[in-house]
Amino acid sequence: MVSGLPDSPQMNYPIPTGTRDILPDEMRELRQLSSALLETFMRFGYGEVSTPTMEYEDVLVRGDERAAGASYRLFDEHGQVLALRSDMTIPIARLAATRFADAEPPLRFCYLSHAYRAVRPQRGQQREFLQAGIELIGADAPAGTVDVLEVLMAALDAGGLPRARVGLGDAGMFTGLLRAMGIAPEDGRAVLEALARHDLVELEQRVAELDIAPERRETLIALTQLRGGPDVIERAIEIGGDDVRAAISRLAEVADRLSDRGIAERVIFDLGLVRDLGYYTGAIFEVYDPALGHVIGGGGRYDGLLARFGHGFPACGFALYVERMHVAQAEEDRIRAEGGR
Amino acid sequence: MSEPLRLAVAGGSLFGETLDLLDRIGVDTKALRSDSRALMFPGDEVTVVTMRPSDVPTYVEAGAVDLGITGKDVLMEQHERVVYELLDLGYGGCRMVVATRAGNRVADDLERRLGAIRIATKYPRVAARYFEQSGRQAEVIEVKGSVELAPLSGLADGIVDLTATGRTLEENDLEVREVIAECTARLVANRVAHKMRHEAIDQIVERIGNGAR
Repeated sequence: MVSGLPDSPQMNYPIPTGTRDILPDEMRELRQLSSALLETFMRFGYGEVSTPTMEYEDVLVRGDERAAGASYRLFDEHGQVLALRSDMTIPIARLAATRFADAEPPLRFCYLSHAYRAVRPQRGQQREFLQAGIELIGADAPAGTVDVLEVLMAALDAGGLPRARVGLGDAGMFTGLLRAMGIAPEDGRAVLEALARHDLVELEQRVAELDIAPERRETLIALTQLRGGPDVIERAIEIGGDDVRAAISRLAEVADRLSDRGIAERVIFDLGLVRDLGYYTGAIFEVYDPALGHVIGGGGRYDGLLARFGHGFPACGFALYVERMHVAQAEEDRIRAEGGR
Repeated sequence: MSEPLRLAVAGGSLFGETLDLLDRIGVDTKALRSDSRALMFPGDEVTVVTMRPSDVPTYVEAGAVDLGITGKDVLMEQHERVVYELLDLGYGGCRMVVATRAGNRVADDLERRLGAIRIATKYPRVAARYFEQSGRQAEVIEVKGSVELAPLSGLADGIVDLTATGRTLEENDLEVREVIAECTARLVANRVAHKMRHEAIDQIVERIGNGAR
């Protein structure tokens, strides 16, 4: 048989890069995983919701200046700009503020929904991906944060990823620390940007330019690399003293409660953790599995987001990337079969 | 979790000094220095993987290796890749420069008359970003081989390239006009490995840092 690229049906009827057809074998496993996640969320009292795939861009921008990174926009028949949602957090914040304006908090919602983001070429990224997650609305830190983390751990177990870990940081810690050290916001910005890019070489250069005592410079750099068990909280205070004590207090409260509930050992406390979505205000999470080089989920507190929709509830949530969890499951199976990496 | 960390090592001009560094921190490089065609060199503590410099960020980002050593020039060209840049290793010092034909101002004149300068480079994204950030228009032409040929033959008015001593530029009658960045070898880490294997990584980063000094 002659193989000829130009005539192959695959070339004649392509699907967009970053999208996929899913066939029965894979779909069966994905369905199983999705059901296990949803059942876990419901067991903790979270009610499933569904929102439109597309929203008015204005409304998404209300939640985040960059519409949480929405990449696909179209005009409807009246010339209004619609955007495909890039995550579920803003749509659910909108839903809670409009449909549950008079409800007694806390509100617990969960979802299993597709979201859409732009891909960079040849990176195996998906334009359309499935997220499973929860939002806990109207429960303050630290108790609400710990409740959400407990559901997250249970979901990872239900998803068959016992080796998965949760990275936990605080979105405001570095900003608070820079302020405590008397650094002007415009000088601090370059430091925060280097941190967000995870460029420690640049971070050291930027910190060296700050007009502060050498010990404080060392504190800033050392803290970005501090990660591990709950003891990192004490180590951070040892390194930075009073400067750090206030900035780290929120994280310390969460750490104490996680230890009380016996789920602290699955958490990697990470003082250098940053996430690029603008709406996070306190605790931030990332989810890792040792079998996969990419994060399999993330989340955090967004106490200001609902207020942008006229409803001042604190809130916290996470989203797991279902397809990536499935890849991690398959990799974990392979590693087990091979008896190590 | 005591399996060895995987370290990607860029071949090419950084290779020799990288092996010297590994020697200093006690990683056996005998097999790496032999004529072996192998690509992976297992060790108790570190498994070394050799590859092209521009592949290092790809492997590190995907988590196929935990750590990698490559040039800042490569990281600048692939700046959208999510890797943690942990150490400036100090060696392999080069400058990323804009160079044009020596002695004459033809390039300036052309830029003024045509509104854009034609730049040949192996670093199209670095070049495009640099001219954009400095508010100038450039037509960036990607070439794979000797960049110096482009201005000599009239393909381009200037080049963006890496230079260590400036000798190749000089020999081809080219002159450095602007320095974009100083580039050295860097140690990068995979984002997930940096968290999941933090103890092993911090330990080896400290040793590499001391060895590089």
